[in-house]
Amino acid sequence: MGLVVVGDRPDQEAGVLMAFSSAGFSQVAPLSAAQALRLLVLRNYIVYRQAWKLFITGFLEPVFYLFSIGIGVGQLIKTFEFNGHVIPYAEFVAPGMLAASAMNGALIDSTYNVFFKLKYDKLYDQMLATPLTTSDIARGEIAWGQLRGGTYSAAFLVVMAALGLVHSWWAVLALPAALLIGFAFSAVCMALTTYMKSWQDFDKITLVQLPLFLFSATFFPVTAFDGWLRWVVECTPLYRGVILCRELTTGALSWASLVSVVYLTVMGLIGLVIVRRRLATLLLT
Amino acid sequence: MAETSASDSMIIARGLRKSFGDFEAVKGIDVEVRAGEAFGFLGPNGAGKSSTMRMIAAVSPVSGGELRILGMDPATHGPAIRGRLGVCPQEDTLDNELNVRDNLYIYGRYFGIPKAEVNERTDELLEFVQLTEKSKAKVEDLSGGMKRRLTIARSLINRPDLLLLDEPTTGLDPQARHVLWDKLFRLKQAGVTLVITTHYMDEAEQLCDRLVVMDKGLIVAEGSPLALIREHSTREVAELRFGVGEHEALAEKVADLGERVEVLPDRLLVYSDDGEEVIAKVHERGLEPVAVLVRRSTLEDVFLSLTGRTLVD
Amino acid sequence: MSAVDLSLGDPELTMGEGVRRQFDYWMTVYKRTWRSTVISSFLSPILYVVAMGVLLGGFIEGDPDKLEGATSYLAFVVPGLIAGHAMQTAVGETTYPVMGLMKWQRVYDSMLATPLQVRHLVTAHLAFVAFRLVLTCGVYTLVLAPFGVFESWWGPILAFLAQVLVGMAFASVIYGFTTRLNSPEGFGVLFRLVVFPLFLFSGAFFPVSNLGGVGAWVARLTPLWHGVNLSRMFALDNITWWVAGVNVAVLLVLTAWGWWWSVTGLTKRLVS
Repeated sequence: MGLVVVGDRPDQEAGVLMAFSSAGFSQVAPLSAAQALRLLVLRNYIVYRQAWKLFITGFLEPVFYLFSIGIGVGQLIKTFEFNGHVIPYAEFVAPGMLAASAMNGALIDSTYNVFFKLKYDKLYDQMLATPLTTSDIARGEIAWGQLRGGTYSAAFLVVMAALGLVHSWWAVLALPAALLIGFAFSAVCMALTTYMKSWQDFDKITLVQLPLFLFSATFFPVTAFDGWLRWVVECTPLYRGVILCRELTTGALSWASLVSVVYLTVMGLIGLVIVRRRLATLLLT
Repeated sequence: MAETSASDSMIIARGLRKSFGDFEAVKGIDVEVRAGEAFGFLGPNGAGKSSTMRMIAAVSPVSGGELRILGMDPATHGPAIRGRLGVCPQEDTLDNELNVRDNLYIYGRYFGIPKAEVNERTDELLEFVQLTEKSKAKVEDLSGGMKRRLTIARSLINRPDLLLLDEPTTGLDPQARHVLWDKLFRLKQAGVTLVITTHYMDEAEQLCDRLVVMDKGLIVAEGSPLALIREHSTREVAELRFGVGEHEALAEKVADLGERVEVLPDRLLVYSDDGEEVIAKVHERGLEPVAVLVRRSTLEDVFLSLTGRTLVD
Repeated sequence: MSAVDLSLGDPELTMGEGVRRQFDYWMTVYKRTWRSTVISSFLSPILYVVAMGVLLGGFIEGDPDKLEGATSYLAFVVPGLIAGHAMQTAVGETTYPVMGLMKWQRVYDSMLATPLQVRHLVTAHLAFVAFRLVLTCGVYTLVLAPFGVFESWWGPILAFLAQVLVGMAFASVIYGFTTRLNSPEGFGVLFRLVVFPLFLFSGAFFPVSNLGGVGAWVARLTPLWHGVNLSRMFALDNITWWVAGVNVAVLLVLTAWGWWWSVTGLTKRLVS
């Protein structure tokens, strides 16, 4: 129900392309990390080019939420107070959607799509038969996810600005903030994906994703929760992302905002280390 | 027992046609299949075999001509006909989400067979196709040969009078093919009428009492495998392999050694009742083939003679 | 061997018999898959009710003039959410699963090699969707009953029927759509450009009058609005009977047309 839409992409050409390009390079020196990254991003770009409809419509999701909940339901709500600022409901919801869609996009890319490539396409097996390494693969997938997610986030920020929902120049930094959210979730979810055995396991992802989406102060202030429950919410990753974005787009920034930045960075780095190890144990046996 | 001779015809087709838009897949064929025989449709891919089979299976409307299956018109008696057919389609249509046993059980229920009866038949059939030990296995874990056997078992769940097998052994390894042929032999022995399409010559020769050769939507020959070979080919064939690109030029030099010579990209086929004699004369003329082989004529040769093309690509 | 008796044969199956023979199939499918539907059928709708109805609703004044007669946002949003959920369940059951049976696993082909016919296949599949809808909407309604969101004892029963009906309207139409698709790519677009906007803008979360004059009328033309409106009028015991009549008629016509469209689509696809 709701936000989760499984991406389906034609992937057949990928094998041919990878096999071709890496054969050309392998006669020279092994690929540098940057070359490998470029190559993997190019591969995903070529695949996605055929599925441009899916690419464009993916951007609409947070916009629909913004119009429906932010503006439609917003007419039933007067204002909210956030870090001492009084703001209209749409301004409150919009940064929440920005952060949540960064998470959702990263999640789909790094779970469904990676699982498909890992188990069905055997794409990574092919890649590792070339000079590419598991680190290259992990970085390549995350970089691609970031490019896609970054495009969506930038477009969404433009929509927000056009609707007059942005009141601070700090909002420019909401784009890197959204990228940071995407990075943190990509890395951790990709690590989790390497432990998955069948499609049934994805129910568990939904089980985590949906509560995060609904309860991370996306649609209502964290004051809706009392006591220990509020503490739990404040410790979850999407909550950190949502308030970081909200602080930036409303300009209600403080030194405490850095907590969210550090939290998300550390989360992403841990994920990355695990992915590298896991891909090595899964594929290089 | 006492049936009229007309009712011995399981399938009667007269001027049967099938078109898809402008494309005519079957261009008017006459076929009659009698009870108890094994009848084959032989031809390359795209000859119209599968289209014919789908019409016979009463799942594809006839575009022209007349078709009677078990004495009934498929246009008006589709369900009644299908109730008495067994169909083994070209691609396995097994339910990957059910286990092996349930594939048979559920399918049997579609025929309206009572539960107890389906259960009993399911066990029998699993035994028959040697899948009893796999009865709880997932379909996707089966090998290609096992899947094929399961599809055949499924087509037998309603104890059909007429079994349609579309390319039954395509994609199977040689051993699995022989296992399957053995099963089909047993069914034939038990009186089941078999209709088989194939583009494998050996399969047609092994299984069919009578067959028609199809090409481009038409029947180009009809008869028993032996009769067809006798009529359209010689007893033996000498295969001569020369260096790359030499075959066309050398064909003339051996043309008089047999009744007929065919030039293939990689060899020459000289048709003669005595292949060894052909080889001997080739050597006498100072020609040095890289490799030689004498074999008996097959349906492949019949097809080559009829159409000038080979069967498999 | 004894010659085959060619005079015998089943008569053409009745609809009831054709559907009955597939009962075991669908029950087996359900036994195998019900676990994986628990999260999408029961848990996620409840999470939406808690997040939107209870927590966000806590910030919304329960003014019946602004909430189509509801005295709380929770009471307003629940009948709409269930109707929206019925739509999503129906669409979920008639997209990938239909494509799978029709094209990937070819189970439909194997069914048609038996006395079953296309209309039996479509009807049995839709009957299974109806069963899923009855179960999920029923459980949803029962779970929420103690929270005082319903205004009468018979209202929620009629609302429940309205939810199943709107689900069936979507199931039959989307089934017909799927039979005309060659690849699943169209589903992505369907979810994002049709199902999802309908869910958000057909009056489930806020009164369609909030969309402004034109927007409100566009929303009222969507099939989901008819279901949401019907479901909400019954649940809140705030019924305008002629509107209810229009809602029911629209949904029934869509269901019947969708069934016909599905049968012709699947026939073209499998029997040609």
